[in-house]
Amino acid sequence: MADKKEKRRGAKNPSKIFFRLMGYIFKYFKVRCFLVVVFIVISALANVRGTMFMKSLIDDYITPIIISGERDFAPLLGAIGIMAAIYAVGVFSAFIYNRIVVGITQGTLKNLREEMFAHMEKLPVKYFDTHAHGDIMSLYTNDTDTLRQLISQSIPQLINGIMTVVSVVICMFVLSVPLTLMTFVMACIMLAVTKKVGGLSGKYFVIQQRKLGDVNGYIEEIIEGQKVVKVFCHEQESVNDFIKINDELFDAAKNANSFANMLMPILANIGNISYVFTAIFGSVLAISGFGGFTIGSLASFLQLNRSFNMPVSNMSQQINSIVMALAGAERIFELLDEEPEPDEGKVSLVRAKFRPDGSIEESPIRTGVWAWKYVHQSTGEVEYVQLKGDIILDKVDFGYNPDKTVLHDIEVYAKPGEKVAFVGATGAGKTTITNLINRFYDIQDGKIRYDGININKIKKSELRRSLGMVLQDTSLFTGTVTENIRYGRLDATDSEVVAAAKLAGAHEFIRRLPDGYDTMLTNNGSNLSQGQRQLLSIARAAVANPPALILDEATSSIDTRTEKIVQEGMDSLMKGRTVFVIAHRLSTIKNSDVIMVMDHGRIIERGNHDKLIKEKGVYYQLYTGLLEQS
Amino acid sequence: MLKTLMGEIKEFKKPSILAPCIVAIEVFMEILIPFLMSKIVDTGVNGADGGDLKRVASIGVVMIIAAFISLSAGAGAGHFAAVASSGFAKNLRAAMFRNIQKFSFSNLDKYSTSGLITRLTTDVTNVQNAYMMIIRMCVRSPLLLICAFAMTCVIKPSLALVYVGAIIFLGIVLFFIMSHAHKAFKAVFEKYDDLNASVQENISGIRTVKAYVREDHEVRKFNIAAENVYNMFLKAEYLVVANMPVIQFTVYTCILLISWIGAHMIVSDTLTTGQLMSLFTYTMNILMSLMIISMAFVMISMSRASGERIAEVINEKTDLAAPVDSITDIKNGSIEFKNVSFAYKKDGNKCLENINLKINSGETIGIIGGTGSSKSTLVQLIPRLYDATEGEVLVGGLNVKNYELNALRSSVAMVLQKNVLFSGTVKDNLRWGNKDATDEQLIKACKYAQADEFVSAMPDGYDTWIEQGGVNVSGGQKQRLCIARALLMNPKILILDDSTSAVDTKTDAMIRKAFREEIPDTTKLIIAQRITSVQDADRIIVLDNGEVNGFGTHDELLANNEIYKEVWESQQKGALE
Repeated sequence: MADKKEKRRGAKNPSKIFFRLMGYIFKYFKVRCFLVVVFIVISALANVRGTMFMKSLIDDYITPIIISGERDFAPLLGAIGIMAAIYAVGVFSAFIYNRIVVGITQGTLKNLREEMFAHMEKLPVKYFDTHAHGDIMSLYTNDTDTLRQLISQSIPQLINGIMTVVSVVICMFVLSVPLTLMTFVMACIMLAVTKKVGGLSGKYFVIQQRKLGDVNGYIEEIIEGQKVVKVFCHEQESVNDFIKINDELFDAAKNANSFANMLMPILANIGNISYVFTAIFGSVLAISGFGGFTIGSLASFLQLNRSFNMPVSNMSQQINSIVMALAGAERIFELLDEEPEPDEGKVSLVRAKFRPDGSIEESPIRTGVWAWKYVHQSTGEVEYVQLKGDIILDKVDFGYNPDKTVLHDIEVYAKPGEKVAFVGATGAGKTTITNLINRFYDIQDGKIRYDGININKIKKSELRRSLGMVLQDTSLFTGTVTENIRYGRLDATDSEVVAAAKLAGAHEFIRRLPDGYDTMLTNNGSNLSQGQRQLLSIARAAVANPPALILDEATSSIDTRTEKIVQEGMDSLMKGRTVFVIAHRLSTIKNSDVIMVMDHGRIIERGNHDKLIKEKGVYYQLYTGLLEQS
Repeated sequence: MLKTLMGEIKEFKKPSILAPCIVAIEVFMEILIPFLMSKIVDTGVNGADGGDLKRVASIGVVMIIAAFISLSAGAGAGHFAAVASSGFAKNLRAAMFRNIQKFSFSNLDKYSTSGLITRLTTDVTNVQNAYMMIIRMCVRSPLLLICAFAMTCVIKPSLALVYVGAIIFLGIVLFFIMSHAHKAFKAVFEKYDDLNASVQENISGIRTVKAYVREDHEVRKFNIAAENVYNMFLKAEYLVVANMPVIQFTVYTCILLISWIGAHMIVSDTLTTGQLMSLFTYTMNILMSLMIISMAFVMISMSRASGERIAEVINEKTDLAAPVDSITDIKNGSIEFKNVSFAYKKDGNKCLENINLKINSGETIGIIGGTGSSKSTLVQLIPRLYDATEGEVLVGGLNVKNYELNALRSSVAMVLQKNVLFSGTVKDNLRWGNKDATDEQLIKACKYAQADEFVSAMPDGYDTWIEQGGVNVSGGQKQRLCIARALLMNPKILILDDSTSAVDTKTDAMIRKAFREEIPDTTKLIIAQRITSVQDADRIIVLDNGEVNGFGTHDELLANNEIYKEVWESQQKGALE
């Protein structure tokens, strides 16, 4: 929790993040960025030119007519025509740059999303085990949303604001230096107020975000455990706790929003006051005719004063959202900077066939024979080793943290086609071993060999392709049942999918689903029971048809009666393959070639079922539940 | 819906009313200021006698006062609006949360967990923002529009006609753009949800993705979805982008028209320079208000759905009938089911049919049956997590409906299949069972549940912090802590719903042994998949498709119950051969 709160703060180095973000946008949209700036400048200039028109309208057109007494409006009409043209250019530029900005914004977000996702897929499993899934998720939702605000609104407003202010200031200087200086003084006051009020609001916004996090966390936790709350009659306590943090949130939200709401009217009215001073001081100048300052100049200057104040207060309004967006950008960049899963392996997996002389050569078609291919770097010589499924763990030590070893001195020999079972209490390290074989995690000490090759030398993707995996927590993906089974092998035909489903004992229930094999699964298959989901994941492994299999509690949620149906399929699935199986249920592991009994990260007993039963050791106790005889 | 929501404004009525009232003052000042300006220009600077500084100064003073009033009013309104809207949000959250606590299990089943969370968080934020908009902008903008328009009418009714045209034009165009944009955005957000769902899937299923080396496949799928979102976003945003230029176009057209007509009027002495200038200011006021109104309109319509979802939760009535009586004393732990049938939905499929069972106080009962045989449903009727559709459930000789609900549930401890630990220390979690439990009691309960050993081995022992959802303890440890927590209630009836599935057989046996020896008077109901977990029970219920298929001791069932025999054989055969 403390960690999470920390993350919700502002960016550590805002300017660095800002420039990195700008660089990122610029990388893909050089031309468009340039065009945006050009059109913003044109639009700002047209706007300012429009303001200056006020002066000439009065001084150059209306006053001469009044003085001359001739009602000749032709010059005025011409001027209005020219102005219309200038305005048209301004409106057009505004439209164009807004459109381009939308393109840049959405394009950048799309690039970012795709890059984030692609990078995320490359990250090691450890990243997902050590980061809260909600936090990763919010990179794609909240943080990307704040960036949208930043790129599409805040940044263009900043550019536009700066452009307007610069050109307005130039015009102001042309009209009257003293009045300009006075406007500056007022602008400084505005900035000071912004800093003060904005700072207060920012401070409370941070508190509000934190309290909001607390309230959301509490809600999540209690609603998730609502049934437990009821079973323990804990309703009143949870209401009381909730009221307390809810009130704290209210206090923070009240303050944060109050100051944020106040900023705008305060700035607008300081603008008004600035206007009054300009009016009074300008009148003095106009009346005294100081430096050729005319009534028309005053009218224009007053308009300029407005045009100056507006962008200043607009820009100051953006500060909060900029700060929030940069914090989001920082988190996104953090993900992009994570080290991807290293893969230094060179050995790849190829389809193979035997030459008449018994040696191996590559085959372009599926033959059922696989081989490891190794190209010697120095000589370019190619070496093939048949994939048999001979897997050896030799004196393996491992810890998720380097300083805390959880597996000690693990020795496992799995000969091709053998079934190796791991049993033992939860937390004994069974799953950890399987995570090492497919290199979700890398071992600290010792060696793992696959057909005599150190698995560190095998490309991770190729290694994993050779190992089918069925996990206790089944992950299904949005898509049809067929698509989910086909996940095992993308080019499997429909009939292969059905065959796999039959093998896994899933065919029956799939047929009874509303659309059979075309039934859409959403939300990780929430409309299926846990057992049905496991059957699908077994079918998935069956269709992949890998040389070796890891089954981690693959049938734990399948009830005993269904399991009997699955058993046959499971047996044929396991036949001829090297299989690592983790299970609680005796029926699943009984006929394994070798059973490893694990305790606290060590293998304490090993042998086949009969041998272990005879020994009347831990295995015997575990699986008979006969405590008394221990 | 509105009535329900407005009912929750409660103590924040005052700021809710004050805010728009003060906003009105602010608006009047904002209208007054350009008027005063025109006076400065006309009578002060440009006056008949060529400029009157005194007049400029005196009007200026009035104007500064007006600006200060406007400033205070604006700040005040902002403050009250913030108080009102944050308070309203607070009350909505509290009302929903309170009502959810009153929900029965079947109420809870109706809503998904994530659905309830969204209502309490995102939906409330949406309504809060809309409410702030309503009490600030929705009074301010129309009032500003009307006042500004009224002023132009006062200054020059004929020029006001220009505005009428502009307002109609802009109104139509903005309405058109916004209603289309609204639709487009709705579509975007649906696609956006899909995109996020696929990210979610990949995060939680990363092991599967990597095991099958499907990273590139997933990236390709994601990129297609991202492309879709991109295209739809562009479509929606391109519509909105048209807003600003349209407004600018209207503003500029007005300015040019007024310049032209105004110039004629000034020349013919029916309009003053100052008036012309204030007209320009009013132009901005009118058109900007129009834009804000159109934006508010979209925002409010978008938050409407949120409001409806919130009201639904607040109005949800618990469907558990109030206790007939409020007996607080439960005599003993005997349980009886009399002709009980149950269906989750009215007129839905019955998942329990005509159940008749009699369980004596202190008995240990095993319950076994395949997935979907309604084992959990059966036991959930005992503490009234659901009410039987037909028939009666009796505890301690009395219908459960006669007991005061909390008294009943405190005597019937239940360890749910899908169990949860809460963030807090191990002790905090255990004390859910009994808030006044002493440390000795905690340790004793943990010993019975075979949890003491691993808890003591944790870095901070019983003070170890459990993360939300108990992610830092293993499945088996979590189950044992949950059992200890239930034991602390000192219940008359203890129900374990498949609560030792992740615990190894040996530990499981030790837990059962502790139950037998330490809490002999408590009636124990144990649902299990493993037959070893129930075989030493006094009697075992075999459930099949919502009906009792067999009820007897292990040996009896083994002799004459087909299902039991089958399960026993598949699980045990060979173990001792």
